[in-house]
Amino acid sequence: GAVAQDDHQLVTNGDIEIVTEAPAPDYISGLRTIYSGWRFRDASLQEMQMDDFENPAIIAVDKAIVQWSTVDGTEGKSCASCHEDVEQSMLGVRAVYPKWNEDAGEVRTLAMQINDCRTENMGAEAWKYDGSDMTGAEALISMQSRGMPVNVAIDGPVADTWKQGEEMYYTRYGQLELSCASCHEENYDNYIRADHLSQGQINGFPAFRLKNDGLVQTHNRFKGCIRDTRAETYSPGSAEFVALELYVASRGNGLSVEAPSVRP
Amino acid sequence: MNRTLTAIAGVCLATTAAAQEVAPLDVSFDEYGAIAASLSGVPGDAAAGKEVMSERSIGNCVACHQVTALEATFQGNVGPSLDGAADRWDESQLRGIVANAKMTFPETVMPAFYKVNGYIRPGDAYTGKAGTEPLPPLLSAQQIEDVVAYLTTLKE
Ligand code: HEC
Ligand code: HEC
Ligand code: HEC
Repeated sequence: GAVAQDDHQLVTNGDIEIVTEAPAPDYISGLRTIYSGWRFRDASLQEMQMDDFENPAIIAVDKAIVQWSTVDGTEGKSCASCHEDVEQSMLGVRAVYPKWNEDAGEVRTLAMQINDCRTENMGAEAWKYDGSDMTGAEALISMQSRGMPVNVAIDGPVADTWKQGEEMYYTRYGQLELSCASCHEENYDNYIRADHLSQGQINGFPAFRLKNDGLVQTHNRFKGCIRDTRAETYSPGSAEFVALELYVASRGNGLSVEAPSVRP
Repeated sequence: MNRTLTAIAGVCLATTAAAQEVAPLDVSFDEYGAIAASLSGVPGDAAAGKEVMSERSIGNCVACHQVTALEATFQGNVGPSLDGAADRWDESQLRGIVANAKMTFPETVMPAFYKVNGYIRPGDAYTGKAGTEPLPPLLSAQQIEDVVAYLTTLKE
């Protein structure tokens, strides 16, 4: 089998230890070890993610901090009105998303929950699912879980959605007839032309992509990967991508949350 | 309609060696996945095949394969090196592999280059939008013949 590129250790800001390699969860039969995408990147890129002063995603996080306490909507509230200090209220939240919301009876991604707070609790307009306000807020919230193990539930009320995501992961889409597994399970650590294939983990999302000069949302990445199989893709925020996100997140159970990451 | 006309023309002009193209849906593979007859009826051009294999916008075979004789940069390694491919496979087998590798290697990740339907969520090229089957094949009959002509030069 393949081995990740190197045995570099990821420690952010000199003190947050990030687990980038862990035993695969037993429900993933195709992998023995899981690796963070960070392990497949060049050393110079890896370094950008080791220090928040060099991480270009932090500009968006700084904006999101201002946004956090900016009043918006008919109720005259900001996120801080209810959640107060983001560092305390959002500690560990990202590590367990997507998760079941009992009241709504649905699986919610972080973006869905944020928009629910905006429309229901603030009387504000929903943000574009993968727009910059949303990815900034996701990055800010995710950062509060950095170094904590991803621990997404896969059974109970989410079991059917998880199963749907698993089926999608192994579906060979498009004219190239490639599944997520074709590239990220069977061929991780190999090269497709210049691209060093990772396991397609999402513990680093939202990720700052140098190519886009901005934060990229999980569903955005999924959309690009499916498009690249010459398939009709799905939309960010669609029920299909929510299911796929739940499943892909669960493939990273045991890695640390490391968002916002830096990618080529 | 078009095909009928071409077929009639083919019969009439047989003496002047007019091309008799085999449409993607009419290709016949043997039980091991090989295709005996030329898809275009025109001999392949190895130099053109070399270009198809290297160019990102055409065959882009080097996305997955390494070929020492090609100058293309960043050759991938998802598939095996094609050096010496002609020592391992004859022309009809190579034609079968390029046209639809799944007839030779059932579960392979190698895409079928001469197939137009039977896809899951077929797209309109790389737009992410829906495409309508039959899709144009990834390579034309002549491009396949050109690639096969080049592959048959890969001897060690
Ligand atoms: C009027 C109150 C209110 C406002 C304003 C509000 N929220 Fe919430 N939020 C809640 C409540 C209530 C919950 C559900 C409580 C719970 O289960 O943690 C919640 C839950 C959340 C969660 C999930 C926490 C978890 O543990 O699953 C996130 C993330 C969140 N809010 C983000 C935001 C953001 C970002 C904003 C501003 C854009 C915001 N909220 C504005 C009341 C509010
Ligand atoms: C044709 C090959 C291919 C297919 C099929 C494919 N991907 Fe990717 N994917 C890539 C490449 C190349 C990259 C960029 C390098 C890397 O991180 O692997 C990538 C990156 C990713 C990333 C970002 C990883 C990181 O750490 O930044 C995620 C997440 C991802 N893919 C998920 C998926 C999912 C889910 C599917 C199926 C719906 C899928 N991919 C299908 C080629 C593919
Ligand atoms: C997405 C990856 C991919 C692409 C693109 C691809 N191949 Fe392949 N190819 C493979 C894999 C993987 C195999 C090994 C067969 C298997 O799966 O067992 C293979 C096998 C082959 C073989 C037989 C290997 C040998 O030497 O024994 C030939 C010949 C071949 N490919 C030619 C081509 C040509 C020509 C193109 C472009 C027109 C191409 N391939 C594009 C992945 C690919």
